Amino acid sequence: MRPVNAVITKVVEEAPNIRTFFFDTSFKLIPGQFVMVWIRGIDEVPMAFSYDNAITVQKVGPATSALFELDECDSIGIRGPFGKGFDIKTGHLILVAGGVGAAPLAPLAENAAMSGAKITALLGAKTKDELLFRERFEAVGEVRIATDDGSEGKQGYVTQLLEDEKNYDQIYCCGPEIMMKKVLDKVTPSKSQFSLHRYIKCGLGICGACCVDGLRVCKDGPVFSGDVLKKTEFGVYRRNECGERVKI
Amino acid sequence: MLSLSLTGLKLKNPLILAAGIMGTTGGSLKRATEGGAGGVVTKSIGVEPKSGHSNPSMVEVDCGYMNAMGLPNPSYKNFQKEIDLARECGVPVIASIFGANADEFSEIAGTLHADAFELNVSCPHACGYGAQVGSDPALVEEITKSVKSATTAPVWVKLTPNVTDIKSIGLAAQRGGADAVVAINTVRAMAIDIESGYPILGNKFGGLSGKAIKPIAIKCVYDLYEALQIPVIGVGGISDWKDAVEFMMAGARAVQIGSAVGNNINIFNDISSCMEAFLEDKVWTLDDLYGMAHKK
Repeated sequence: MRPVNAVITKVVEEAPNIRTFFFDTSFKLIPGQFVMVWIRGIDEVPMAFSYDNAITVQKVGPATSALFELDECDSIGIRGPFGKGFDIKTGHLILVAGGVGAAPLAPLAENAAMSGAKITALLGAKTKDELLFRERFEAVGEVRIATDDGSEGKQGYVTQLLEDEKNYDQIYCCGPEIMMKKVLDKVTPSKSQFSLHRYIKCGLGICGACCVDGLRVCKDGPVFSGDVLKKTEFGVYRRNECGERVKI
Repeated sequence: MLSLSLTGLKLKNPLILAAGIMGTTGGSLKRATEGGAGGVVTKSIGVEPKSGHSNPSMVEVDCGYMNAMGLPNPSYKNFQKEIDLARECGVPVIASIFGANADEFSEIAGTLHADAFELNVSCPHACGYGAQVGSDPALVEEITKSVKSATTAPVWVKLTPNVTDIKSIGLAAQRGGADAVVAINTVRAMAIDIESGYPILGNKFGGLSGKAIKPIAIKCVYDLYEALQIPVIGVGGISDWKDAVEFMMAGARAVQIGSAVGNNINIFNDISSCMEAFLEDKVWTLDDLYGMAHKK
């Protein structure tokens, strides 16, 4: 498909350097699937949807900086949705979010709660101001918090909150890869799902730029079961734009 | 029934993963072999690491795909381990390489170890590389000759269709000592976003692959088969077994599959089993298919 024109209808400042951009167009997608967001003349980058008509973005590089220059009535191009989203289970679901990783987990929590699942969200951030979508998670389940500086909840990493959680049917995780690797090492791999981030070029499963070993993040993922990731380079290294190995 | 010898390489079937498809990591090349590929060609590798063009670098259009990746690669200095990993599968691994001149090509071919080399003198959207080199018969001959003297491995030359006469480039490769030619690379193309007037690809234009280019590729293979003594490997828009058979009838000894791998990584197994059934049904062999259209 060619990029679909999406006009920005509202911009919400969620946290310092994190904004939600709402569009005039809704997309039918499973939480965890992604779209390619084209900031015309600059770049095209993969993004998860945080609502069915919005993306939540952290300013990290040239493409996201250019996106932050845009306002209501400006438009971007969107291709997608692409890839496989979260497999939404029933029972007790634990969601582990690191920073902006809460973006695809918030709609997941809302969908799962609607079908009767019990939700526990473990939210981690550097500091209180950077906690994302806390109210959305509180509306559908229990929320526990960890911040690096101790300004809210437990001081430390979100992975430490996992130690008290013994009974769960499935764990869903999205955040920095180091944190996700720590989660994978602590949980039952077959009962966990992770949303991966890689440099994506084609988004169509063809070029192979986003491969984690033989797994295409854009087509076979971005959500993978923990047992699939266990034997791979996940958490060890990623590839840069040239395809060179870079240590995580 | 489908096995063959191609430029000295033993292939279990004539279905090869095309360059630039799932070819950056050893693990992804391996996965193509698990999908049944008889051989795999790597992403094009150059002298220095290159990050490629900015995105969008590939987009689906009505009749295929358009891409302008811009030859992203980690350089040959960082690539041997990926080739070695892929070679563990026991199928030939062909390194696609590119350079701005004969010296760069032979530097890479003289250092990298692979079962064969495919010279990318045909990428349509890389300034100073690819088709800019491959439209000049004298340069193609010179580059092929220098690579041949730098390595004992078989050398394939991948041709661009964006020339007036592809046969003259094929003949130049043959004079340079090429063991085979591969035809075709993508066809120069462009798409524009009508909401904004922006060309969609980051590089503004790129190369078309997929279904739309198959008839173009068939004609190129047909012409090259007539003009050359060395084998022709067909590529361009193959998405099922019938396409593969058609290429062989045009004169392809083997074929490469690219864009269609995106939606079906097991396409090599699927095509193999259908081709076998077809040959059995017709009571033909692979050799019977080879160039059949030229006898009609």
